[in-house]
Amino acid sequence: MDKIVIEHLNLTYPSGTESLKEINLAIPANAITVLFGPAGGGKSSLLRCLNRLNDLTDIQTLTGRILLDGENILDPKTDVIDLRRRVGMVFARPVVLPMSIRQNLTYGLELANEKRRSKLDQAVERSLKLAALWDEVKDRLDDPGIALSGGQQQRLCLARVLANQPEVILLDEPTSGLDPISTGKVETALQELKKAYTIILVPHSVQQAARTADYAVFFLQGELVEAGQGGELFTHPQKKQTEDYIEGRFG
Amino acid sequence: MKRRLVFDRFMVQRLGISLITLVAFLTVIPIIAVFAYIIGKGAPAISWNFLAAMPSDGMRAGGILPAIVGTFYLTLGTAIFSVPLGIAAAIYLAEYARENWLTRLIRIAIINLAGIPSVVYGLFGLGLFVLFLKFGTSILAASLTLSIMTLPVIISAAEEALRSVPQAFRTVSVSLGGTRWQTIRKIILPQALPGIITGVILGLERAAGETAPILFTGAAFFLPRLPQSPLDATMALPYHLFVISTQVPGMPIQIQYGTALVLIVFVLGMNLIATVIRSRARAKRQW
Repeated sequence: MDKIVIEHLNLTYPSGTESLKEINLAIPANAITVLFGPAGGGKSSLLRCLNRLNDLTDIQTLTGRILLDGENILDPKTDVIDLRRRVGMVFARPVVLPMSIRQNLTYGLELANEKRRSKLDQAVERSLKLAALWDEVKDRLDDPGIALSGGQQQRLCLARVLANQPEVILLDEPTSGLDPISTGKVETALQELKKAYTIILVPHSVQQAARTADYAVFFLQGELVEAGQGGELFTHPQKKQTEDYIEGRFG
Repeated sequence: MKRRLVFDRFMVQRLGISLITLVAFLTVIPIIAVFAYIIGKGAPAISWNFLAAMPSDGMRAGGILPAIVGTFYLTLGTAIFSVPLGIAAAIYLAEYARENWLTRLIRIAIINLAGIPSVVYGLFGLGLFVLFLKFGTSILAASLTLSIMTLPVIISAAEEALRSVPQAFRTVSVSLGGTRWQTIRKIILPQALPGIITGVILGLERAAGETAPILFTGAAFFLPRLPQSPLDATMALPYHLFVISTQVPGMPIQIQYGTALVLIVFVLGMNLIATVIRSRARAKRQW
Protein backbone atom coordinates (compact mmCIF):
# COMPACT_ATOMS: atom_id res chain seq x y z
CA MET A 1 0.00 0.00 0.00
CA ASP A 2 1.32 3.45 -0.83
CA LYS A 3 1.41 5.86 2.06
CA ILE A 4 2.59 8.83 0.04
CA VAL A 5 2.11 9.52 -3.66
CA ILE A 6 4.03 12.37 -5.28
CA GLU A 7 2.71 13.65 -8.60
CA HIS A 8 4.37 16.11 -10.98
CA LEU A 9 6.26 17.85 -8.18
CA ASN A 10 8.31 20.84 -9.29
CA LEU A 11 10.23 23.10 -6.95
CA THR A 12 12.52 26.05 -7.58
CA TYR A 13 14.37 28.37 -5.23
CA PRO A 14 14.93 32.07 -5.95
CA SER A 15 18.68 31.49 -6.09
CA GLY A 16 18.20 28.79 -8.69
CA THR A 17 20.10 26.23 -6.63
CA GLU A 18 18.91 22.71 -5.85
CA SER A 19 15.42 22.25 -7.17
CA LEU A 20 13.10 19.39 -8.07
CA LYS A 21 12.00 18.61 -11.62
CA GLU A 22 8.84 16.69 -12.38
CA ILE A 23 9.05 14.15 -9.56
CA ASN A 24 6.62 11.23 -9.64
CA LEU A 25 7.02 8.71 -6.86
CA ALA A 26 5.00 6.35 -4.69
CA ILE A 27 6.31 5.64 -1.19
CA PRO A 28 5.04 2.41 0.40
CA ALA A 29 3.88 2.13 4.00
CA ASN A 30 5.77 0.03 6.55
CA ALA A 31 9.03 0.04 4.66
CA ILE A 32 12.25 2.02 4.48
CA THR A 33 12.43 4.09 1.34
CA VAL A 34 15.88 5.46 0.71
CA LEU A 35 16.46 8.63 -1.30
CA PHE A 36 20.07 8.71 -2.41
CA GLY A 37 22.38 10.47 -4.81
CA PRO A 38 25.07 13.13 -4.82
CA ALA A 39 24.70 16.35 -2.84
CA GLY A 40 22.46 18.97 -4.41
CA GLY A 41 20.20 16.36 -5.99
CA GLY A 42 17.08 17.56 -4.23
CA LYS A 43 16.71 14.81 -1.61
CA SER A 44 16.54 17.16 1.37
CA SER A 45 14.27 19.52 -0.53
CA LEU A 46 11.88 16.65 -1.19
CA LEU A 47 11.92 15.61 2.48
CA ARG A 48 11.13 19.15 3.52
CA CYS A 49 8.15 19.20 1.17
CA LEU A 50 6.71 16.14 2.86
CA ASN A 51 6.19 17.93 6.20
CA ARG A 52 5.91 21.41 4.68
CA LEU A 53 9.03 22.51 6.54
CA ASN A 54 9.80 24.22 3.25
CA ASP A 55 7.22 26.79 4.32
CA LEU A 56 9.98 28.32 6.45
CA THR A 57 12.25 28.66 3.42
CA ASP A 58 12.11 31.16 0.64
CA ILE A 59 10.66 29.21 -2.28
CA GLN A 60 10.16 30.49 -5.79
CA THR A 61 7.59 28.01 -7.08
CA LEU A 62 6.12 24.74 -5.88
CA THR A 63 3.69 22.87 -8.11
CA GLY A 64 2.27 19.37 -8.27
CA ARG A 65 0.63 17.23 -5.61
CA ILE A 66 1.80 15.23 -2.61
CA LEU A 67 -0.87 12.83 -1.43
CA LEU A 68 -0.64 11.55 2.14
CA ASP A 69 -3.29 8.85 2.52
CA GLY A 70 -4.93 10.33 -0.57
CA GLU A 71 -5.02 13.93 0.68
CA ASN A 72 -2.99 16.65 -0.99
CA ILE A 73 -0.79 18.15 1.70
CA LEU A 74 0.33 21.00 -0.56
CA ASP A 75 -3.22 22.29 -0.48
CA PRO A 76 -3.20 25.72 1.21
CA LYS A 77 -6.00 24.52 3.47
CA THR A 78 -3.85 21.77 4.97
CA ASP A 79 -3.41 21.98 8.74
CA VAL A 80 0.40 22.06 8.74
CA ILE A 81 0.64 21.66 12.52
CA ASP A 82 -1.30 18.40 12.31
CA LEU A 83 0.73 17.39 9.24
CA ARG A 84 4.02 17.85 11.07
CA ARG A 85 2.79 15.73 13.94
CA ARG A 86 1.92 12.96 11.46
CA VAL A 87 5.17 13.37 9.52
CA GLY A 88 8.08 13.66 11.93
CA MET A 89 11.63 14.60 11.00
CA VAL A 90 15.13 13.79 12.26
CA PHE A 91 17.88 16.14 11.09
CA ALA A 92 21.50 15.55 10.15
CA ARG A 93 22.89 17.25 13.21
CA PRO A 94 21.27 16.13 16.46
CA VAL A 95 19.50 19.21 17.77
CA VAL A 96 18.79 18.67 21.45
CA LEU A 97 16.54 21.36 22.83
CA PRO A 98 18.03 23.23 25.83
CA MET A 99 16.12 21.24 28.44
CA SER A 100 16.19 17.86 30.17
CA ILE A 101 16.00 14.51 28.39
CA ARG A 102 12.44 14.09 29.61
CA GLN A 103 11.39 17.57 28.52
CA ASN A 104 12.88 16.99 25.09
CA LEU A 105 10.65 13.94 24.72
CA THR A 106 7.48 15.52 26.02
CA TYR A 107 7.99 18.76 24.10
CA GLY A 108 5.88 17.73 21.09
CA LEU A 109 3.04 16.45 23.27
CA GLU A 110 3.05 19.60 25.37
CA LEU A 111 2.80 21.67 22.21
CA ALA A 112 -0.42 19.76 21.58
CA ASN A 113 -1.56 20.57 25.12
CA GLU A 114 -1.11 17.12 26.62
CA LYS A 115 -0.72 17.75 30.34
CA ARG A 116 -1.54 14.41 31.95
CA ARG A 117 1.57 13.19 33.73
CA SER A 118 0.76 9.51 33.14
CA LYS A 119 0.42 10.03 29.38
CA LEU A 120 3.69 11.95 29.25
CA ASP A 121 5.59 9.35 31.30
CA GLN A 122 4.21 6.61 29.11
CA ALA A 123 5.31 8.42 25.97
CA VAL A 124 8.81 8.96 27.38
CA GLU A 125 9.32 5.28 28.14
CA ARG A 126 7.72 3.97 24.95
CA SER A 127 9.62 6.30 22.62
CA LEU A 128 12.96 5.74 24.35
CA LYS A 129 12.51 1.98 24.05
CA LEU A 130 11.62 2.27 20.38
CA ALA A 131 14.75 4.35 19.76
CA ALA A 132 16.89 1.83 21.70
CA LEU A 133 17.91 4.45 24.25
CA TRP A 134 15.85 3.49 27.31
CA ASP A 135 18.46 1.35 29.05
CA GLU A 136 21.11 4.02 28.70
CA VAL A 137 19.13 6.97 30.08
CA LYS A 138 16.29 5.60 32.21
CA ASP A 139 18.06 6.59 35.44
CA ARG A 140 18.86 10.14 34.39
CA LEU A 141 15.83 11.43 32.56
CA ASP A 142 16.11 14.79 34.27
CA ASP A 143 19.68 15.42 33.18
CA PRO A 144 20.12 18.02 30.45
CA GLY A 145 19.81 16.43 27.02
CA ILE A 146 23.04 18.02 25.94
CA ALA A 147 24.93 15.83 28.44
CA LEU A 148 24.39 12.78 26.20
CA SER A 149 26.95 11.59 23.66
CA GLY A 150 26.46 12.43 19.98
CA GLY A 151 25.01 9.02 19.17
CA GLN A 152 22.68 9.15 22.15
CA GLN A 153 21.60 12.66 21.22
CA GLN A 154 20.59 11.54 17.76
CA ARG A 155 18.57 8.62 19.17
CA LEU A 156 17.00 11.11 21.58
CA CYS A 157 15.97 13.17 18.55
CA LEU A 158 14.49 10.05 16.98
CA ALA A 159 12.68 9.23 20.22
CA ARG A 160 11.39 12.81 20.39
CA VAL A 161 9.79 12.34 16.98
CA LEU A 162 8.36 8.97 18.02
CA ALA A 163 6.79 10.47 21.15
CA ASN A 164 4.47 12.39 18.85
CA GLN A 165 3.23 9.05 17.46
CA PRO A 166 3.73 10.03 13.83
CA GLU A 167 2.81 7.91 10.82
CA VAL A 168 5.78 8.84 8.69
CA ILE A 169 9.37 9.46 9.81
CA LEU A 170 11.72 11.51 7.65
CA LEU A 171 15.43 11.15 8.34
CA ASP A 172 17.87 13.53 6.66
CA GLU A 173 21.35 11.93 6.90
CA PRO A 174 20.71 11.11 10.56
CA THR A 175 24.01 9.30 11.06
CA SER A 176 26.34 11.62 9.17
CA GLY A 177 28.03 12.77 12.36
CA LEU A 178 28.00 9.43 14.21
CA ASP A 179 30.54 6.70 14.81
CA PRO A 180 29.92 3.23 13.28
CA ILE A 181 28.55 1.74 16.51
CA SER A 182 26.02 4.51 17.02
CA THR A 183 25.15 4.33 13.32
CA GLY A 184 24.50 0.61 13.72
CA LYS A 185 22.17 1.25 16.65
CA VAL A 186 20.17 3.78 14.66
CA GLU A 187 19.92 1.45 11.66
CA THR A 188 18.79 -1.45 13.84
CA ALA A 189 16.17 0.76 15.43
CA LEU A 190 14.92 1.75 11.98
CA GLN A 191 14.55 -1.90 10.93
CA GLU A 192 12.36 -2.43 13.97
CA LEU A 193 10.42 0.79 13.45
CA LYS A 194 9.44 0.11 9.86
CA LYS A 195 6.97 -2.51 11.08
CA ALA A 196 4.78 0.30 12.40
CA TYR A 197 5.91 3.38 10.49
CA THR A 198 6.61 4.59 7.00
CA ILE A 199 10.26 5.56 6.93
CA ILE A 200 11.96 7.80 4.39
CA LEU A 201 15.71 8.00 4.78
CA VAL A 202 18.33 10.11 3.09
CA PRO A 203 21.43 8.03 3.84
CA HIS A 204 24.89 9.50 4.26
CA SER A 205 26.53 6.92 2.00
CA VAL A 206 25.75 4.46 -0.79
CA GLN A 207 26.69 1.65 1.59
CA GLN A 208 24.09 2.78 4.09
CA ALA A 209 21.57 3.08 1.27
CA ALA A 210 22.25 -0.51 0.21
CA ARG A 211 22.15 -1.79 3.82
CA THR A 212 18.87 -0.21 4.79
CA ALA A 213 16.73 0.16 1.68
CA ASP A 214 13.53 -1.76 1.04
CA TYR A 215 12.93 0.69 -1.76
CA ALA A 216 15.54 2.96 -3.24
CA VAL A 217 15.25 6.10 -5.30
CA PHE A 218 18.20 7.67 -7.08
CA PHE A 219 18.24 11.46 -7.47
CA LEU A 220 20.57 13.44 -9.67
CA GLN A 221 20.46 17.22 -10.04
CA GLY A 222 16.82 17.53 -9.07
CA GLU A 223 15.62 14.67 -11.21
CA LEU A 224 14.43 11.24 -10.22
CA VAL A 225 16.62 8.94 -12.27
CA GLU A 226 15.54 5.56 -11.08
CA ALA A 227 13.43 3.88 -8.41
CA GLY A 228 13.05 0.26 -7.45
CA GLN A 229 13.27 -2.51 -4.87
CA GLY A 230 16.35 -2.04 -2.68
CA GLY A 231 18.18 -5.27 -3.48
CA GLU A 232 17.28 -5.06 -7.14
CA LEU A 233 18.37 -1.48 -7.73
CA PHE A 234 21.76 -1.86 -6.11
CA THR A 235 22.64 -5.12 -7.89
CA HIS A 236 21.02 -4.46 -11.27
CA PRO A 237 20.60 -0.75 -11.84
CA GLN A 238 18.77 -0.01 -15.08
CA LYS A 239 20.27 3.38 -15.79
CA LYS A 240 23.89 4.11 -16.58
CA GLN A 241 24.05 7.08 -14.15
CA THR A 242 22.74 4.98 -11.28
CA GLU A 243 25.29 2.29 -11.95
CA ASP A 244 28.12 4.83 -12.19
CA TYR A 245 27.11 6.42 -8.90
CA ILE A 246 26.70 3.14 -7.04
CA GLU A 247 30.07 1.94 -8.26
CA GLY A 248 31.65 5.18 -7.18
CA ARG A 249 32.58 6.58 -10.60
CA PHE A 250 31.26 9.95 -9.48
CA GLY A 251 29.93 11.34 -6.28
CA MET B 1 73.71 42.02 10.41
CA LYS B 2 70.91 39.56 10.01
CA ARG B 3 70.75 38.92 13.75
CA ARG B 4 70.51 42.56 14.45
CA LEU B 5 67.46 42.92 12.16
CA VAL B 6 65.58 40.20 14.05
CA PHE B 7 66.46 41.90 17.30
CA ASP B 8 65.08 45.19 16.00
CA ARG B 9 61.77 43.71 14.96
CA PHE B 10 61.49 42.09 18.36
CA MET B 11 62.15 45.43 20.02
CA VAL B 12 59.52 47.18 17.94
CA GLN B 13 57.00 44.53 18.87
CA ARG B 14 57.85 44.86 22.56
CA LEU B 15 57.63 48.61 22.41
CA GLY B 16 54.28 48.48 20.61
CA ILE B 17 52.73 46.08 23.09
CA SER B 18 54.02 48.10 26.04
CA LEU B 19 52.53 51.23 24.54
CA ILE B 20 49.03 49.87 23.98
CA THR B 21 49.07 48.22 27.41
CA LEU B 22 49.94 51.55 28.93
CA VAL B 23 47.13 53.29 27.04
CA ALA B 24 44.68 50.61 28.17
CA PHE B 25 45.63 51.25 31.78
CA LEU B 26 45.44 55.00 31.28
CA THR B 27 41.77 54.76 30.30
CA VAL B 28 41.00 53.15 33.64
CA ILE B 29 42.62 55.94 35.61
CA PRO B 30 39.87 58.57 35.14
CA ILE B 31 37.22 56.05 36.17
CA ILE B 32 39.08 55.10 39.32
CA ALA B 33 39.83 58.75 40.02
CA VAL B 34 36.17 59.74 39.75
CA PHE B 35 35.24 56.96 42.10
CA ALA B 36 37.91 57.64 44.65
CA TYR B 37 37.12 61.34 44.63
CA ILE B 38 33.37 60.91 45.04
CA ILE B 39 33.66 58.22 47.66
CA GLY B 40 36.25 60.20 49.56
CA LYS B 41 34.18 63.38 49.54
CA GLY B 42 30.73 61.84 49.76
CA ALA B 43 31.11 58.90 52.13
CA PRO B 44 31.19 61.04 55.31
CA ALA B 45 27.74 62.37 54.40
CA ILE B 46 26.15 58.95 54.18
CA SER B 47 24.09 58.05 57.21
CA TRP B 48 20.69 56.54 57.83
CA ASN B 49 19.35 60.03 58.31
CA PHE B 50 20.79 61.15 54.96
CA LEU B 51 19.08 58.32 53.10
CA ALA B 52 15.78 58.22 54.96
CA ALA B 53 14.95 61.79 55.94
CA MET B 54 13.35 64.71 54.13
CA PRO B 55 15.58 67.68 53.32
CA SER B 56 15.45 70.56 55.76
CA ASP B 57 16.82 74.07 56.07
CA GLY B 58 16.36 74.83 52.34
CA MET B 59 17.95 71.45 51.47
CA ARG B 60 21.14 72.45 53.27
CA ALA B 61 20.56 69.79 55.90
CA GLY B 62 18.57 66.61 56.43
CA GLY B 63 18.34 63.82 53.90
CA ILE B 64 17.60 63.18 50.25
CA LEU B 65 14.80 60.62 50.63
CA PRO B 66 12.41 62.28 48.14
CA ALA B 67 15.09 62.29 45.44
CA ILE B 68 15.87 58.60 46.00
CA VAL B 69 12.20 57.64 46.02
CA GLY B 70 11.57 59.82 42.97
CA THR B 71 14.35 58.22 40.94
CA PHE B 72 13.02 54.80 41.96
CA TYR B 73 9.50 55.74 40.79
CA LEU B 74 10.79 57.18 37.51
CA THR B 75 12.86 54.07 36.82
CA LEU B 76 9.91 51.84 37.64
CA GLY B 77 7.57 53.93 35.48
CA THR B 78 10.04 53.81 32.60
CA ALA B 79 10.27 50.03 32.96
CA ILE B 80 6.48 49.63 32.92
CA PHE B 81 6.22 51.36 29.55
CA SER B 82 9.45 50.53 27.79
CA VAL B 83 10.01 46.88 28.74
CA PRO B 84 6.83 45.32 27.29
CA LEU B 85 6.92 47.60 24.25
CA GLY B 86 10.61 47.07 23.65
CA ILE B 87 10.45 43.30 23.95
CA ALA B 88 7.37 43.10 21.74
CA ALA B 89 9.09 45.19 19.08
CA ALA B 90 12.21 43.04 19.33
CA ILE B 91 10.19 39.83 18.95
CA TYR B 92 8.52 41.28 15.88
CA LEU B 93 11.82 42.33 14.33
CA ALA B 94 13.73 39.16 15.17
CA GLU B 95 11.07 36.50 14.67
CA TYR B 96 8.32 37.75 12.37
CA ALA B 97 9.46 40.64 10.22
CA ARG B 98 10.64 39.88 6.73
CA GLU B 99 13.51 41.87 5.32
CA ASN B 100 11.84 44.60 3.30
CA TRP B 101 11.79 48.38 3.11
CA LEU B 102 9.43 48.64 6.08
CA THR B 103 11.66 46.73 8.51
CA ARG B 104 14.67 48.59 7.18
CA LEU B 105 12.84 51.83 7.93
CA ILE B 106 12.03 50.65 11.46
CA ARG B 107 15.65 49.74 12.08
CA ILE B 108 16.88 53.10 10.77
CA ALA B 109 14.35 54.82 13.04
CA ILE B 110 15.60 52.85 16.06
CA ILE B 111 19.23 53.68 15.34
CA ASN B 112 18.38 57.35 14.94
CA LEU B 113 16.28 57.43 18.09
CA ALA B 114 19.36 56.28 19.98
CA GLY B 115 21.33 59.21 18.59
CA ILE B 116 18.97 62.02 19.58
CA PRO B 117 20.34 64.26 22.37
CA SER B 118 18.47 63.68 25.59
CA VAL B 119 17.46 67.31 26.00
CA VAL B 120 15.52 66.99 22.74
CA TYR B 121 13.57 64.12 24.26
CA GLY B 122 12.84 66.42 27.19
CA LEU B 123 11.44 69.08 24.92
CA PHE B 124 9.43 66.51 22.99
CA GLY B 125 8.02 65.11 26.23
CA LEU B 126 7.07 68.60 27.32
CA GLY B 127 5.18 69.17 24.08
CA LEU B 128 3.46 65.80 23.83
CA PHE B 129 2.90 64.47 27.34
CA VAL B 130 2.91 67.55 29.56
CA LEU B 131 1.05 70.00 27.34
CA PHE B 132 -0.81 68.19 24.57
CA LEU B 133 -1.93 65.15 26.58
CA LYS B 134 -2.24 67.36 29.68
CA PHE B 135 -0.40 65.01 32.04
CA GLY B 136 1.29 68.07 33.54
CA THR B 137 4.77 67.96 35.01
CA SER B 138 4.40 64.54 36.50
CA ILE B 139 5.99 61.16 37.11
CA LEU B 140 3.78 59.86 34.29
CA ALA B 141 5.00 62.38 31.73
CA ALA B 142 8.63 62.00 32.79
CA SER B 143 8.43 58.19 32.72
CA LEU B 144 6.93 58.22 29.25
CA THR B 145 9.64 60.60 28.04
CA LEU B 146 12.36 58.41 29.54
CA SER B 147 10.65 55.38 27.99
CA ILE B 148 10.93 56.78 24.49
CA MET B 149 14.59 57.45 25.13
CA THR B 150 15.18 53.96 26.54
CA LEU B 151 13.23 52.01 23.91
CA PRO B 152 15.94 51.89 21.25
CA VAL B 153 18.43 50.46 23.74
CA ILE B 154 16.01 47.78 24.90
CA ILE B 155 14.85 46.89 21.37
CA SER B 156 18.38 46.54 20.02
CA ALA B 157 19.60 44.47 22.98
CA ALA B 158 16.53 42.23 23.01
CA GLU B 159 16.63 41.69 19.26
CA GLU B 160 20.26 40.70 19.43
CA ALA B 161 19.54 38.31 22.32
CA LEU B 162 16.70 36.69 20.37
CA ARG B 163 18.77 36.35 17.22
CA SER B 164 21.61 34.67 19.08
CA VAL B 165 19.37 31.68 19.91
CA PRO B 166 20.33 28.99 17.34
CA GLN B 167 18.10 28.77 14.28
CA ALA B 168 18.04 24.96 14.61
CA PHE B 169 15.87 25.22 17.76
CA ARG B 170 13.21 27.01 15.74
CA THR B 171 13.31 24.45 12.93
CA VAL B 172 13.07 21.53 15.35
CA SER B 173 10.26 23.07 17.35
CA VAL B 174 8.23 23.77 14.22
CA SER B 175 8.94 20.28 12.86
CA LEU B 176 7.49 18.82 16.07
CA GLY B 177 4.21 20.61 15.46
CA GLY B 178 4.89 23.90 17.19
CA THR B 179 3.45 27.18 16.01
CA ARG B 180 5.76 30.13 15.69
CA TRP B 181 4.40 31.66 18.88
CA GLN B 182 4.73 28.41 20.85
CA THR B 183 8.32 28.19 19.68
CA ILE B 184 9.02 31.74 20.80
CA ARG B 185 7.30 31.30 24.15
CA LYS B 186 8.71 27.89 25.07
CA ILE B 187 12.22 28.01 23.59
CA ILE B 188 13.37 31.31 22.17
CA LEU B 189 12.25 33.72 24.91
CA PRO B 190 13.51 31.63 27.85
CA GLN B 191 16.86 31.20 26.14
CA ALA B 192 17.11 34.88 25.23
CA LEU B 193 15.84 36.12 28.59
CA PRO B 194 19.18 36.72 30.34
CA GLY B 195 20.36 38.77 27.36
CA ILE B 196 17.09 40.68 27.30
CA ILE B 197 17.21 41.40 31.04
CA THR B 198 20.78 42.64 30.71
CA GLY B 199 19.73 45.00 27.92
CA VAL B 200 16.72 46.19 29.89
CA ILE B 201 18.79 46.97 32.96
CA LEU B 202 21.43 48.83 30.95
CA GLY B 203 18.66 50.86 29.30
CA LEU B 204 16.93 51.66 32.59
CA GLU B 205 20.24 52.52 34.20
CA ARG B 206 20.76 55.21 31.62
CA ALA B 207 17.24 56.51 32.24
CA ALA B 208 17.84 56.61 36.00
CA GLY B 209 20.85 58.87 35.57
CA GLU B 210 19.40 61.30 33.04
CA THR B 211 18.55 64.89 33.90
CA ALA B 212 17.57 66.59 30.67
CA PRO B 213 14.52 64.47 29.73
CA ILE B 214 12.90 64.96 33.15
CA LEU B 215 13.86 68.60 33.48
CA PHE B 216 10.73 69.90 31.75
CA THR B 217 8.50 66.89 32.22
CA GLY B 218 8.45 65.79 35.84
CA ALA B 219 11.32 66.91 38.02
CA ALA B 220 10.69 69.32 40.87
CA PHE B 221 13.16 71.72 42.46
CA PHE B 222 11.89 70.93 45.93
CA LEU B 223 8.80 69.22 47.29
CA PRO B 224 7.89 69.16 50.95
CA ARG B 225 6.39 65.64 50.68
CA LEU B 226 6.79 62.45 48.70
CA PRO B 227 4.76 62.14 45.48
CA GLN B 228 1.30 60.70 46.12
CA SER B 229 0.28 59.69 42.59
CA PRO B 230 1.77 59.27 39.10
CA LEU B 231 0.36 62.68 38.25
CA ASP B 232 2.50 64.41 40.89
CA ALA B 233 5.85 65.91 40.06
CA THR B 234 8.79 64.42 41.87
CA MET B 235 12.31 65.12 42.98
CA ALA B 236 14.96 62.92 41.38
CA LEU B 237 18.62 62.23 42.15
CA PRO B 238 20.27 63.60 38.99
CA TYR B 239 18.20 66.79 38.96
CA HIS B 240 18.57 67.23 42.71
CA LEU B 241 22.32 66.99 42.27
CA PHE B 242 22.18 69.72 39.65
CA VAL B 243 20.01 71.89 41.88
CA ILE B 244 22.11 71.62 45.03
CA SER B 245 25.34 72.07 43.08
CA THR B 246 24.35 75.23 41.22
CA GLN B 247 21.13 76.72 42.51
CA VAL B 248 21.39 76.76 46.29
CA PRO B 249 23.85 79.19 47.86
CA GLY B 250 25.72 78.03 50.95
CA MET B 251 25.20 74.35 50.20
CA PRO B 252 27.46 72.06 52.28
CA ILE B 253 29.77 70.33 49.83
CA GLN B 254 29.39 67.05 51.71
CA ILE B 255 25.72 66.80 50.79
CA GLN B 256 26.53 67.37 47.13
CA TYR B 257 29.05 64.57 47.01
CA GLY B 258 26.89 62.35 49.18
CA THR B 259 24.09 62.73 46.63
CA ALA B 260 26.46 61.97 43.76
CA LEU B 261 27.63 58.87 45.60
CA VAL B 262 24.08 57.62 46.11
CA LEU B 263 23.31 58.16 42.40
CA ILE B 264 26.44 56.32 41.33
CA VAL B 265 25.75 53.41 43.67
CA PHE B 266 22.16 53.23 42.37
CA VAL B 267 23.28 53.09 38.75
CA LEU B 268 26.27 50.83 39.29
CA GLY B 269 24.18 48.53 41.44
CA MET B 270 21.90 47.98 38.46
CA ASN B 271 24.95 47.43 36.29
CA LEU B 272 26.27 44.85 38.72
CA ILE B 273 22.96 42.97 38.71
CA ALA B 274 23.07 42.90 34.89
CA THR B 275 26.61 41.54 34.92
CA VAL B 276 25.76 38.83 37.43
CA ILE B 277 22.70 37.73 35.44
CA ARG B 278 24.73 37.60 32.24
CA SER B 279 27.62 35.57 33.61
CA ARG B 280 25.30 33.15 35.44
CA ALA B 281 23.28 32.57 32.28
CA ARG B 282 26.44 32.01 30.26
CA ALA B 283 27.60 29.34 32.67
CA LYS B 284 24.25 27.57 32.48
CA ARG B 285 23.72 27.89 28.73
CA GLN B 286 23.31 24.63 26.83
CA TRP B 287 24.36 25.72 23.35
